Amino acid sequence: MEKVLEMKGICKSFPGVKALSDVNFSLNPGEIHALMGENGAGKSTLIKVLTGVYSKDEGEIILDGKAVSIGSPQDAQNKGISTVYQEITLCPNLTVAENMYIGRDKKVIQNWKKMNEGANWMLKNLDIPATATQQLGDCSLAVQQMVAIARAVDMDCKVLILDEPTSSLDEQEVEKLFKLMRDLKAKGVGIIFVTHFLEQVYEVCDKITVLRDGKFVGEYTVAECPRVQLVSKMLGKEFDDLAEIKENKVEEDVDIDAYVFEAEGLTSDQGIAPFDFTISKGEVNGFTGLLGSGRSECVRAIFGADRVTGGTVKVNGKTVKINKPIDAMRNGIAYLPEDRKGDGIVGELSVRENIILALQVMKGFFKPFSKAEANKFADEYIKLLGIKTASADTPIKSLSGGNQQKCIVARWLLTHPQYLILDEPTRGIDVGTKVDIQKLVLKLASEGVAVTFISSETDEMLRTCSRLVVMRDRKVVGELKGADLNQNKIMSTIAGGDEGGEN
Amino acid sequence: MNETKAKAPKKGLGARILGLSDSNMLLLITIVVFVLMYIFAMTVLGKGFLTGQGFLNILNNNAYLIILACGLSIVMITGGIDISVGGVTGLITMCCAVWLDKRGGSLMGSMLLAVAIGLMFGIVQGYLVAYLDIQPFIVTLAGMFFARGLTTIINTDPFNVTQKDFVALKDTAIVIPGLGSLNRRGVYVDATIEVGVIVAIVVVILLFFLLKFTKLGRAFYAVGGNRQSALMLGINVKRTRFYAQVLCGLLAGIGGYVYFTHVGSGSVLNASGAEMNAIASSIIGGTMLTGGVGNIIGTFFGVISLGTIKDIVTSAGFEQSWWTGITVAAMLCFFIVIQSVIIKVKTRNKKK
Amino acid sequence: MEKTKFQVKDLFKNQFMIPLAALLALVLFNLIMDPSFFAITFSPNAQGTMVFGGQLVTIIDYGSELALLAMGMALVTAASGGQDISVGAGIAVSGSLILRVLCGGNSRPESLQAPIFVAVLCGILAAMAIGAFNGMLVAYFKIQPMVATLIMFTAGRSIASWFNNNELPVLTDPAFGYAGNTIPGCPIPSPVLIAILCMIIMALILKFTNLKLYVQAAGINERSARLNGLNPTVIKFATYVILGVFVGIAGFIKVSRLSTINYTSIAKDIEMDAILAVALGGNPLGGGKFSIAASVIGAYVIQFLTQTLYKFDVSSAALPAYKAVVVIILVVASAPAVREWFQSKFKKIKSNDKKEVA
Repeated sequence: MEKVLEMKGICKSFPGVKALSDVNFSLNPGEIHALMGENGAGKSTLIKVLTGVYSKDEGEIILDGKAVSIGSPQDAQNKGISTVYQEITLCPNLTVAENMYIGRDKKVIQNWKKMNEGANWMLKNLDIPATATQQLGDCSLAVQQMVAIARAVDMDCKVLILDEPTSSLDEQEVEKLFKLMRDLKAKGVGIIFVTHFLEQVYEVCDKITVLRDGKFVGEYTVAECPRVQLVSKMLGKEFDDLAEIKENKVEEDVDIDAYVFEAEGLTSDQGIAPFDFTISKGEVNGFTGLLGSGRSECVRAIFGADRVTGGTVKVNGKTVKINKPIDAMRNGIAYLPEDRKGDGIVGELSVRENIILALQVMKGFFKPFSKAEANKFADEYIKLLGIKTASADTPIKSLSGGNQQKCIVARWLLTHPQYLILDEPTRGIDVGTKVDIQKLVLKLASEGVAVTFISSETDEMLRTCSRLVVMRDRKVVGELKGADLNQNKIMSTIAGGDEGGEN
Repeated sequence: MNETKAKAPKKGLGARILGLSDSNMLLLITIVVFVLMYIFAMTVLGKGFLTGQGFLNILNNNAYLIILACGLSIVMITGGIDISVGGVTGLITMCCAVWLDKRGGSLMGSMLLAVAIGLMFGIVQGYLVAYLDIQPFIVTLAGMFFARGLTTIINTDPFNVTQKDFVALKDTAIVIPGLGSLNRRGVYVDATIEVGVIVAIVVVILLFFLLKFTKLGRAFYAVGGNRQSALMLGINVKRTRFYAQVLCGLLAGIGGYVYFTHVGSGSVLNASGAEMNAIASSIIGGTMLTGGVGNIIGTFFGVISLGTIKDIVTSAGFEQSWWTGITVAAMLCFFIVIQSVIIKVKTRNKKK
Repeated sequence: MEKTKFQVKDLFKNQFMIPLAALLALVLFNLIMDPSFFAITFSPNAQGTMVFGGQLVTIIDYGSELALLAMGMALVTAASGGQDISVGAGIAVSGSLILRVLCGGNSRPESLQAPIFVAVLCGILAAMAIGAFNGMLVAYFKIQPMVATLIMFTAGRSIASWFNNNELPVLTDPAFGYAGNTIPGCPIPSPVLIAILCMIIMALILKFTNLKLYVQAAGINERSARLNGLNPTVIKFATYVILGVFVGIAGFIKVSRLSTINYTSIAKDIEMDAILAVALGGNPLGGGKFSIAASVIGAYVIQFLTQTLYKFDVSSAALPAYKAVVVIILVVASAPAVREWFQSKFKKIKSNDKKEVA
């Protein structure tokens, strides 16, 4: 079969980072091809190279047997490569039909009748439950997503890229989307499907390409790559690698009665299933699962960062109400958010102000720290955590990612929490800092602080945690401890379905 | 288009223009408020409200405002704002008055002058807003002060224009058959409108078609709805925003001249506060401040609602000027809060 | 004041450069055109008190209201990323209410009908109420600040004239004029003293509370501020109320200057000047970091500009045109697109230099 798209030896570097090195990808017509990899593996960079958002440094793109260069997203569309993004990139205030046709030709007059007829035919053809004259914003997210696909298809695309289209859809909506994908496949469109949901890969895809750390890991047919293997390939751990040694780990007998924090049936407005959770003094535990599995949402619910919609929580055995972050802070809970830039740092403020912020807020509006006190705190933690900064007055945004993260860690350590939640503290930072943070976690635990540690890197979790809560598709699906704490078990629990890796 | 007429006129029209249920609701609220207000005025206050001329006078007095508000609606639909229109109107009246009376210019020349001034403001402001990405409010605030300042630099003393052609144009009254009424002495008086009203109605119709049936019009909505998405959908966002601002400037030019023919004088105080009235009318007519929602028919009703309430306030015995300011602000507040509540409810529903 | 020298330098580099450079330009311009601009006189006024006079004193005197507003406007800008355009209308309201309370309904009272401080308190409370209204729309209803304050901009002057039944009350009691002119025996104009007092209070507040940290955190990163236990909504609301206090005081000074009020012309276009002062002080109009001191300097620079224009016989009505040009130059110069363009030019020149050297 003639390949519709082939990418060979693609390289792309950003200042200081090699995002893609020698990546290959190929797509047949009428094929649904999953592009898999954990965060930072280079999926989105590859797609952006393909759609002309980034220009590649090396390598070639062959479309329908001809080498092409793609200059812009518009150019990609004209060449038959259409993309549907995770966030809906349509205009909610226009009608369905308009969203399908706007911006596609240079005519001056809008012919509503023709457009609506065309749209209705297309909607019917693709079996999308919407009418042309409906306002897009009134449709469900799934339908909006499908309208975006319909637009792409109507532009006679040969290659359709679906970049995490299912992350905000419920099961029935996902089913509808899959039906549409299968229809398109039957019509000979090649589909690149990016997703974090393993089940979905096995439901619709024919082939899987795995990327890791910007490198091409391999291309597999779905049959030859069972779940557990796929997970191990994504995470970069061989499934059979059983020689996992727990280093540094302090195994302690946990005092069951000394729960620092207990939650029962906790849930928030972010669509996670109600979960129970406990953590004891001096314990390190973790939430694990692939990105989008709901692990961050769980800890955000604990901290009151999202709107809590149900459940009871106890701190040190006493029932408390945590509706907003300050409630959690007053109960000795600290939370380092996943999105450092959006939720963590206050960019233009100095390192010192960023470090003292949380403690200052807890102390109160009328009791500012004196300059000397603030400097003392800042200097102490800059030294303690080895934060590399010109001075405490430097704006935090001019620091490197790792040092920014250390500042946020410092901010929360300064509040002397009894329960510290770290959500992906090691993401996007250099190896040295990663190790520092892991060591710090263990040290804190030995001092009696309860720590919840979330990381995409399983070996980090294994090294630090004594108990892991495993999540899949926004539900808690298991809890692992003791002898179960090994790569294989984690992977099989994350993957679900086929126990033990037999397919 | 044909389908539009087939449906029930009021609701169907709104739905077809916008395809938006909440915007539909906003438009409906506007029309209902207007009709109730007018019925209230007719039954309780009587007087001028009972005659055809009474209604036409609202149009006569507000023709320029209809044009200005149309321009603002377009800018607001694209997610921007223009508060320089009042200042530009004042500047135009002064420039044209000086041109006609002190420079002996021709009538045609004064019209071209008005349009040129409006276009110039639109182009400069549009460039700053669209291509340099400066906050539209700041840019047009500066534009407003510049226009006001320039007006006084050109001439400070108010005066009436006496040029013959212009006076003829100003006094042209077009008779609307069948709407006349008997005056106190029992003599039948024709109901008339000024030339400006015709211009305003033509503008409304043209813009209605522009917004509904041209790609540019739809691009205005797309850009206002979600700028990022519009870009992804292949719309030239910068150019679209630029056109919106230029169009608003052009309409300020036309509206300014209509105002000029209505008052027939050049004065520093001309059209003071017109920008706020235009924005208020637009909002009352269902244009959302956040962009992407609004329509010209609503704007038209917004203006005449505003005109009606002002008439009601004065004929109900609240002659003092402050009542108008306060009622207009209260009405504005009411509609702004309604919009904000609608957005809140909508986002909350979305989350679920 | 600062411990490290580096920081002082840095501070000047960032914030105070623009207003001081503008000030310097104005001073030089006036020095060249007419050095007598800087003469300070010391002569008796109509009441026989020895007072300072001259253009410079006038600038500092008449810049007082603007300096007050600039302080509040800097806070509002930092917290909500937008500006309050109703301050002029707010001044009209508070001034009108002060007169209403003092006159007790009679437009030509022979004596004051209420203690002055009660009236001033009423005026300030009224301005705070307007601030609270604006703050509510901005913080709770999430309406863009300029649009939200448009309502009061429209209604303010009407409300002001409503308070006094559209009459123009005139107070004859000289005591009422003290705040806007001079107190007998004091050579310095009272508005200057009031402004300095407010600045000292503001400085103390900034020193002894976390106002600056909270406002900046909320203005720079609302989500992060919330996760650190702050309530950005309340902070935004509070900044509008604080601005209201300054508006109230400015309203008092304004009516005290003339012992009467003109609803349409009092504090006309002052919102423009206040926004300009904030921008000139190097505070980003999109919110975030702010410096009250720089805003205050900005305010006096604007007053300097106004006075200079007056000196060259520019009528007060034409002033806005000149100031609008200054605003446009400022915003264009600070627009990201323009900055990038300059930077790329600058880099080219630099790289060219390097090539030549090589």
